[in-house]
Amino acid sequence: MAADVQATTLGLDHRKLAMWTFLGSEFLFFGAFVSAYLLYITTTAGGPGVEIFDIPFTSISSFVLLMSSLTMVLAHNAHAHGDLRRMRLWILATAGQGAVFLGGQVYEFTTFYNEGLNMTQSPFASSFFVLTGFHGLHVFVGILMLLSLYALSLTGKVKANQDVKTEMIGLYWHFVDIIWVVIFTVVYLIPEIAVL
Amino acid sequence: MEDTEADASQGHHPTPREYVNIAIMLAILTALEVSTYFVDFGRIAIPLLIILMTIKFIMVASFFMHLKFDSKLFGRMLYGGLILALGLYAVTLIILFFERAPSA
Repeated sequence: MAADVQATTLGLDHRKLAMWTFLGSEFLFFGAFVSAYLLYITTTAGGPGVEIFDIPFTSISSFVLLMSSLTMVLAHNAHAHGDLRRMRLWILATAGQGAVFLGGQVYEFTTFYNEGLNMTQSPFASSFFVLTGFHGLHVFVGILMLLSLYALSLTGKVKANQDVKTEMIGLYWHFVDIIWVVIFTVVYLIPEIAVL
Repeated sequence: MEDTEADASQGHHPTPREYVNIAIMLAILTALEVSTYFVDFGRIAIPLLIILMTIKFIMVASFFMHLKFDSKLFGRMLYGGLILALGLYAVTLIILFFERAPSA
């Protein structure tokens, strides 16, 4: 019974509690990759290092992802007010911005590859591609969830009074955004400034 | 419990206009971050970037993820995981940096 959800003894929705627990544990997942990146940041094996980053380009894709959090929260707000039509509009906008971000990442990876930075080129390259690649995978999963929510709301499987579903996907999406806030600063900006 | 039932903890959420204002502030903070690449901020550049990152992180978590308005337990889950990760990997990096990991 999808609509019948047991509350926890804390008086909280157990699905939200589970989502927050999952998101808290995700810091350990990403923390491992950020640590590996920081550890191997100078281990370039004679290949390209952090100077290869295109900060203006990454800044734009970071801005797009940040703004997708706005459209996501507006989708939840619309759903909370029972406005499914507007919710679907914001959901599509969020998924679109996520797709733009992913497209930017594909372009960035391709450019790096053409400039001699590939996955096995050096410990620096491996740690960079694994970290940003896993983040990209999270964005991809988020887009799939958004599109599923869109389709389910069209077919009536997500109803106007079930805004918790939009909120749950929103929590995941915002988390992916705050992880990128950290990656953009720690992986791109600080090393680039330290090199200059 | 129906999906429509609000958690006992839920308070007032921002209006769409307030969300837009928060997004504008986030955009300004991002512009300030990016400016450190083009303008030489000297020795304050890296501390400034870390402060800006932290402010953006807290703003998204507090307002867009509603931590400011939801149960404090949700915040403890998120920030608990963050503190655990920061502590664990800080210690790991320090050990590896000085290459003093205990041998098995």
